[in-house]
Amino acid sequence: MAQTIIDAANHIAGYAAKAARVKVVAAYPITPQTTVVEKIANFVESGEMDAEYIRVESEHSAMVACIGAAAAGVRTFTATSAHGLALMHEALHWASGSRLPIVMAVVNRAMGAPWSIWPDLSDSLSQRDTGWIQFYCADNQEVFDTIIQAYKLCEDERVFLPAMVCLEGFILSHTYAPVKIPDQEKIDDFLPPYKSGWILDINRPLSHANLVSPEWYMEFRYMIQEAMENAKELIPEIDREYGKRFGFEYGGLVEKYECEDADLVLLTMGTMGSDAKIAVNKMRKEGLKVGAARVRVFRPFPLEEIREFSEQAQMLATIDRHISFGMEGFLASETRASLLSQKDPPLVAGFIAGLGGRDVTSGTIEKIAKKSLEWMRTGKVEKETEWVDLRE
Amino acid sequence: MSVSPKSRKEMPLTPLSSPTVGSMGKTGFWRTFRPEVDYSKCTRCTLCWIYCPDAAITRQEDDTPKIDYDYCKGCGICANECPVKAIAMKREEE
Repeated sequence: MAQTIIDAANHIAGYAAKAARVKVVAAYPITPQTTVVEKIANFVESGEMDAEYIRVESEHSAMVACIGAAAAGVRTFTATSAHGLALMHEALHWASGSRLPIVMAVVNRAMGAPWSIWPDLSDSLSQRDTGWIQFYCADNQEVFDTIIQAYKLCEDERVFLPAMVCLEGFILSHTYAPVKIPDQEKIDDFLPPYKSGWILDINRPLSHANLVSPEWYMEFRYMIQEAMENAKELIPEIDREYGKRFGFEYGGLVEKYECEDADLVLLTMGTMGSDAKIAVNKMRKEGLKVGAARVRVFRPFPLEEIREFSEQAQMLATIDRHISFGMEGFLASETRASLLSQKDPPLVAGFIAGLGGRDVTSGTIEKIAKKSLEWMRTGKVEKETEWVDLRE
Repeated sequence: MSVSPKSRKEMPLTPLSSPTVGSMGKTGFWRTFRPEVDYSKCTRCTLCWIYCPDAAITRQEDDTPKIDYDYCKGCGICANECPVKAIAMKREEE
């Protein structure tokens, strides 16, 4: 029987790794991620989970151990945050370049200095170009469901890429909420055992991802791009199939809310997407045509879906819990870039909010929306990038 | 062994290779000094075989070391490690 449990999102990520029948977990503790792998360590110790738990001396080693395990043909999981993810950076490229479907929970935490343990998306977004698929979750249930979906996607031979399943520290990681855990047999049926495209085998020695000359390198890069495009097709399919079987569906690449007739669409990522819905409900009551769209998958970037908004909406407002210093937030940049080829693109205003865990409530989002509506009416975005609630 | 695919469709997703002797060509000509084993002194302790970083020394059935000069780069580690000084490093042209 499916059961509903009340637990923190980090523990839920552990439950998902167990439900996915992960065989190897290599991890190093870091706040706010630690309780993900603590939960898994408990499962392995108690015998509830049949997996090899490798304790390593750093996140770089954790990723390299995962690469080795995945290359040996087993389902592999790890989790990290912020500086741990940064330390993994070099190895992330090896995982994607070797086409290994590792799934990693990234519990988003702001990067130091100054030191912070609170959430923003600067850690995972700065790994944008590593060839990893990136999902961003809005609640505990989605964390569970996305980890299962991520394995289904990554292990598809049309993809064979690793994925990060991102959840914001504390807002989700340590917050308890009810989550429905489906029957194990039903998960097994949805997610059969991993069949790798190639494996390391001592009886048939092989080296992988070795030196290639300029004559061949570009094709290998192109195949990763092709896999990302395939993922763009597969993510909505897998999400729908998952929804049919288990009752939870997230709109594939972008979760849209009240967007059909919206003049203004608020683009968010992660938990802000939930607050944006509350803000939209309130403004709809006031007769304002506002919608919300949560970009659930940042890589591959859903540029076609962003373009679809331009048919109806007059304005898009992006809210980034992230800043690329010297430019703007990545969501703003990618949104603007997606629209450039459009004939009559909507106005785009970029907002930076919630860095280092500063609260972004539905009230904050309403304020952002009202300012955007003002600019929409005058037809002029007064500030391309507006920092929300910044001290004078 | 290297296989050259004719099109992208024939390529693996990531480069894969099986180990073969000299897949990148012979490296023995890099050598300046050449190790020579004096088999009358050699005790068949196999230390040279263990230490050779290029696996250019093979171990015969009776533990006699045999140096493969096609791949030995002449680093001299075997000579340094040999406890009975049975390996001499000699200039190539001599």
